[in-house]
Amino acid sequence: MIATVQAVSDVQILDMEQIELREVNATLQRAPSTNYTQFEILNTRGSHAIAVGLDAEIEVIVKGSTGYYCAGMNQRATVHVTGSVGPGVAENMMSGTVIVDGDASQYAGATAHGGLLVIKGNASSRCGISMKGIDIVVHGNIGHMSAFMAQKGNLVVLGDAGDALGDSLYEARLFVRGSVKSLGADCIEKEMRAEHLDILADLLARAGADAKPQDFKRYGSARKLYHFNVDHADAY
Amino acid sequence: MCGIVGLFLKKEDLRPRLGDMLADMLITMSDRGPDSAGIAIYGDQGDGHKITVQSDTPDTAFDGLDTALGDRLGAPVTMKTNDTHAVLTVPAEALEATGAFLEARGLRIMGVGEAMEIYKETGLPRDVATRFGLRAMGGSHGIGHTRMATESAVTTLGAHPFSTDADQCLVHNGSLSNHNTMRRVLAQKGFAPKTENDTEVAACYISSRIAEGANLGEALSGTLEDLDGFFTFVMGTKTGFGVVRDPIACKPAVMAETDDYVAFGSEYRAFAGLPGIDSARVWEPEPATVYFWER
Amino acid sequence: MNDTPQTMPRQSWTFSNEVNAEIRRAAHTGIYDIRGGGAKRRVPHFDDLLFLGASMSRYPLEGYREKCETGVTLGTRFASKPIELKIPITIAGMSFGSLSGPAKEALGRGASLAGTSTTTGDGGMTEEERGHSEKLVYQYLPSRYGMNPDDLRRADAIEVVVGQGAKPGGGGMLLGQKITERVAGMRDLPIGIDQRSACRHPDWTGPDDLEIKILELREITSWEKPIYIKIGGARPYYDVALSVKAGADVIVLDGMQGGTAATQDVFIENVGTPTLACIRPAVRALQDLGMHRKVQLVVSGGIRTGADVAKALALGADAVSIGTAALVALGDNDPKWEQEYRALGTTTGAYDDWHEGRDPAGITTQDPDLMARLDPVEAGRRLRNYLNVLTLECQTLARACGKSHVHNLEPEDLVALTIEAAAMAQVPLAGTDWIPGKGGF
Repeated sequence: MIATVQAVSDVQILDMEQIELREVNATLQRAPSTNYTQFEILNTRGSHAIAVGLDAEIEVIVKGSTGYYCAGMNQRATVHVTGSVGPGVAENMMSGTVIVDGDASQYAGATAHGGLLVIKGNASSRCGISMKGIDIVVHGNIGHMSAFMAQKGNLVVLGDAGDALGDSLYEARLFVRGSVKSLGADCIEKEMRAEHLDILADLLARAGADAKPQDFKRYGSARKLYHFNVDHADAY
Repeated sequence: MCGIVGLFLKKEDLRPRLGDMLADMLITMSDRGPDSAGIAIYGDQGDGHKITVQSDTPDTAFDGLDTALGDRLGAPVTMKTNDTHAVLTVPAEALEATGAFLEARGLRIMGVGEAMEIYKETGLPRDVATRFGLRAMGGSHGIGHTRMATESAVTTLGAHPFSTDADQCLVHNGSLSNHNTMRRVLAQKGFAPKTENDTEVAACYISSRIAEGANLGEALSGTLEDLDGFFTFVMGTKTGFGVVRDPIACKPAVMAETDDYVAFGSEYRAFAGLPGIDSARVWEPEPATVYFWER
Repeated sequence: MNDTPQTMPRQSWTFSNEVNAEIRRAAHTGIYDIRGGGAKRRVPHFDDLLFLGASMSRYPLEGYREKCETGVTLGTRFASKPIELKIPITIAGMSFGSLSGPAKEALGRGASLAGTSTTTGDGGMTEEERGHSEKLVYQYLPSRYGMNPDDLRRADAIEVVVGQGAKPGGGGMLLGQKITERVAGMRDLPIGIDQRSACRHPDWTGPDDLEIKILELREITSWEKPIYIKIGGARPYYDVALSVKAGADVIVLDGMQGGTAATQDVFIENVGTPTLACIRPAVRALQDLGMHRKVQLVVSGGIRTGADVAKALALGADAVSIGTAALVALGDNDPKWEQEYRALGTTTGAYDDWHEGRDPAGITTQDPDLMARLDPVEAGRRLRNYLNVLTLECQTLARACGKSHVHNLEPEDLVALTIEAAAMAQVPLAGTDWIPGKGGF
């Protein structure tokens, strides 16, 4: 709409010392019906549920660190956190981009269906748990039980992975450059084929990660848990 | 189910601010534990042992208590009252006689130690911090807890921290699944918990291990072997504090360290007001790993 | 022939034919038995309670003329748009996947005609049920299959499922789930595989975390939708108190007779507490917190008749929820399919292998030929009729006790036929003023 052009460059400031969380999120959720496309959230002080339920092509910069579920269920928006995030960042994201300059606590990108989550620091345990199509790129390390029951999508880790990586994995692809402390049940190392190198190269580029695809190993599901076999019963 | 905070100062000049910093941390964790709150403060050491007692009727219970105790012991006793709590200082050799005297008068002993004082009550953390004047307290380190009671009663005695030996205190976030069995084992060893609370069982377990000769690190490691369920423990001693999480480690825990302090919080937001937090090293304790800081 | 008198062949009570058959089955397959439905063992139930009725000391209401209201509003605590139902009976969560599309449509049609709500399940929201349900509760489950913010916003309420009565604390592996192409697509799973299900939510554990999760859900949906928390009957006093503290608008409490699409038989029969035994501790927790009637309590697990409804309400529930009974109303386990049940090695009333997808009644299946057996319009009408009967029966009993609203039924209107029921429901044994466990007994 031509009428919105004049306001496009304006950044709306949402200062959490001045306004409540409800007003912050309501403003962002109303964005499609306003002229604003850029927002900055200040004084977050580790608050929960910041910038959740967005559904517009807007850009939100969160200055500081957040608590649980930052950018939860995001659709289309770009959310950039300059600090660290608490548990469940971008949980159940559908589309859009979430970038975290610092570290992420447990459950980063849990159950998310789409979009790109970039963590510049480390992610702790259960990164990508039950992921259903999201792409996650972690520049640092990830903690234990990451990609537990991961169904779809790609998890890229430039650093090391903790215990039980990819336990009970379905069809998600895991790419790790560093060491893996241990693999979970039914997760195995797999051959890196040309198609995987292409996927990885694209994800690394989109995540601003300086790494070579051929330095990574690929892990995936052995698919032995897909159909019950009494001789594998101890893996359950 | 709860919120935990802990602060261990590395520098002397911050000591007067300990209570103030800890109060902000504690109040931030109110949502995680609105039922009750408690703190253990490791303050100045005096000439004797401090005994923190609690009474629901402090006006009558504490009236003349120090004189009566002094007469009984034939030794000097000092008393500092603080709302429902009072801290009595007695000579070390008089501890046993003091305990018997206080219990006979119906007072609840919250904790004993050379440095530690414990204050806990039901109610919102903000109100609990205010009624005890937490902000004005100084010290070297302290641990706080906000409680959402799971399976035991919302009472003063059910609040954390639990102290089951001198200068030891324990707070817990999670829920233990074998505490009833452990309670029976500990009772046979003479470390019977006084409440139905699962955390007190863990505190008694650690005290029993230390009494048997384990050091604190070994005792905390022992919780990984012998206690089942979900837990993040933060433990205070006279000279330090320790942290351990269960192997599954799905209850939240985050730590921050600067040149000035080490801080523990159930959530990052507990740290938001700490000085220099933006440049602190912030990390999450690993599962099944014991962390310990000592001065 | 030997004429010596013989001892009668004697079957062991401990090692009965049924038990031995199960031992042989386990030895052959190496895997526990998976089935649908709830506990089949006999447990103390609403049948063991009776209403006293009015006589000289109380005055009854005239049936059909003097009104006896049945409306209930769920979600009055925090939600800006609570759910108003005409009857205190809702349809419990059952997934698309476990049920066919037409079966979900029929549930929506029947519930809407009767003025009540229906509930999604583990597998996302389908157009069939959203389109045909005037009021739809969207379940938020550990698997998060099909979970998305658009459906969250078009739901009328959100039910965070912590547990269910058939398997409190349950998760594990469900063999042979009928993961067809459509179900697989909705769940982001490969087609035709066994399904593993998690017992805890992937991104929170415990009530202190749940409080934050609820905050997020409310922020995403502008604080409009009531948030239900569904718990299995385990430790109802504590679990209800913690649900209130975590911020629930409504608590759904499912006793051990509550059904499931599929889980281990050992779980169904050996974990959880009977519905009858769950209600009083739950209500006491609400009363202790000053939240009875402010946070509404919905009870489910074995509700079959208007008498069951009335008794649950009298013990303090605000509403009940039905699952198995609704499926039977649609046509599940109907004797007209007896030959086909026999071919499956079972019989009418005993068929419970819903997860295998071969349901002759066409309800718990994704097989196109079987699915076509269920006419959603006709089945929806049967459900409407059944819901109406439950309501009329409940009103009949309430009027007999002199109540102009079914919510005015109270525990003191009841007596128990057995000591067990008296103890569990905390009402006196009939003809006495003895409540086991009260007054020093």
